Amino acid sequence: MTYTWDFHSVWQYWDLFLWGLWITVVYTLGSIAFGVAIGFATCAARLSGSMILISIARVYQEIFRCTPLLVQLLWFYYAFPLLVGASIDNRVAAMLTLSLYVGAFYAEIFRGAIVSIDRGQREAAAAIGMSPWQSMTRIILPQAMKRALPAFINQSVIQFKNTSLVSVISVADLAYMAAVVNGQTYRPLESYTLMAFLYIAMLLPITQAADWVERRLRVSD
Amino acid sequence: MERMQHMSKNTDPGEAVIEAIGLHKSYGPIEVLKGLDLKLERGEVVALIGPSGSGKSTFIRCLNMMEIPTDGTIRFRQKPIGKSFRDKGAHLGIGTLRRHVGMVFQHFNLFPHKTVLENVTEGPIVVCGRPKREAEALAMELLNQVGLAEKHAAYPNHLSGGQKQRVAIARALAMEPEVLLLDEVTSALDPELVGEVLAVIRNLAENGMTMAIVTHEMAFAADVASRVIFLDQGVIAETGTPEDVILNPQNPRLQGFVARFKG
Ligand SMILES: Nc1ncnc2c1ncn2[C@@H]1O[C@H](COP(=O)(O)OP(=O)(O)O)[C@@H](O)[C@H]1O
Ligand SMILES: [Mg+2]
Repeated sequence: MTYTWDFHSVWQYWDLFLWGLWITVVYTLGSIAFGVAIGFATCAARLSGSMILISIARVYQEIFRCTPLLVQLLWFYYAFPLLVGASIDNRVAAMLTLSLYVGAFYAEIFRGAIVSIDRGQREAAAAIGMSPWQSMTRIILPQAMKRALPAFINQSVIQFKNTSLVSVISVADLAYMAAVVNGQTYRPLESYTLMAFLYIAMLLPITQAADWVERRLRVSD
Repeated sequence: MERMQHMSKNTDPGEAVIEAIGLHKSYGPIEVLKGLDLKLERGEVVALIGPSGSGKSTFIRCLNMMEIPTDGTIRFRQKPIGKSFRDKGAHLGIGTLRRHVGMVFQHFNLFPHKTVLENVTEGPIVVCGRPKREAEALAMELLNQVGLAEKHAAYPNHLSGGQKQRVAIARALAMEPEVLLLDEVTSALDPELVGEVLAVIRNLAENGMTMAIVTHEMAFAADVASRVIFLDQGVIAETGTPEDVILNPQNPRLQGFVARFKG
């Protein structure tokens, strides 16, 4: 049995693929931006020394780290509206869930990097009269963020791929569009291969750059 | 050097700059400091000696509130230090204390993401709000004094241990402290690099800097200190001139300790 490839019929829908790719990029970057903010806030709560804040942050983190992203998406889109008695836009549900999900992981990456900085750094900052805030922002964070960078990039690459799950709540991302094209052309092999290729084309340069960054950081340490 | 002389002119011997009164420190059930008193007068150099684990570091770290004492008081310029960072009422804040009391660590603790010059200017600019240009001029003067002016653009990782420690001293001096606390600042150095750091400290002593120095360098302590304190199991077991404490120790535990380090 020989299969005759026919990318031509699939490629007629290139604008759908491109639009889907754009949506994927928007949700990835958007959720990374929100996730960084959530991650920092959660990390600050974890390091605050207040038992209440620490508990809230931990409960949030464990809920989002210990349930599959797919389950979270379904819950926020189908279950959450019943709880609050108002419908929720699928795009809002998607962005919210993706951000909360990645924020829980970012918080752990930031926290791990901050506590890994030698406590002598904090002491040296304190010894010249720096306030805890000055010490954190000028001495600890610059070093910690450098140390967190490889794990941060790695998590963000995973996030790019995870975004494909929003298609299950009908957000028209790349994965959703590939399914649409398949429905039009009955060409699953071509439709889904092209989709896979587009993911690789987006992420390969990023993983290569991440490896390079990691090597550079190791040299400078 | 000029700065140092200027500082020594201001010294007013007899006045206590920093003082510890009835200092206790416990970690959980373990009492590490069991009621210590110390009065450091202007221009005085006190050497703290004692076996490992006797509480030397804990003691010196209480003086700038790096460790919060369980009981007792630290006074700076006759004023008690409170437990908050800012000044409150009759109490000086920890922030104010640390602006005027410098500390140098065994492991240098230089900021690796900042150049040598930035390490030294960080305090004056960020903590004291001095203009950058002025802070840099002061920093270059201090780096010159510790013999490292030509390394001002280097990052700490490119320096030897002895050079790092001299930068750390310059960083502390940039705050123009009234007291300098040094905790085993040569213990992490290769033997051949100890001398260059001790020379810098000796120079500071000669120029009237008030210092508390934790050290195992007995010859250096005997030479540079005006007073030597022997700490043993969390109490001051002996205090006196270098001649009394290091050269002619009476207390048997002190005799044993000094004999081991004279080697
Ligand atoms: N953060 C801490 N927690 C518990 N015990 C401590 C801590 N810091 C110091 N100690 C204990 O206090 C004692 C004195 O320590 P230290 O002041 O470092 O002694 P020294 O500097 O004379 O060697 C030691 O027994 C040490 O184990
Ligand atoms: Mg010690």
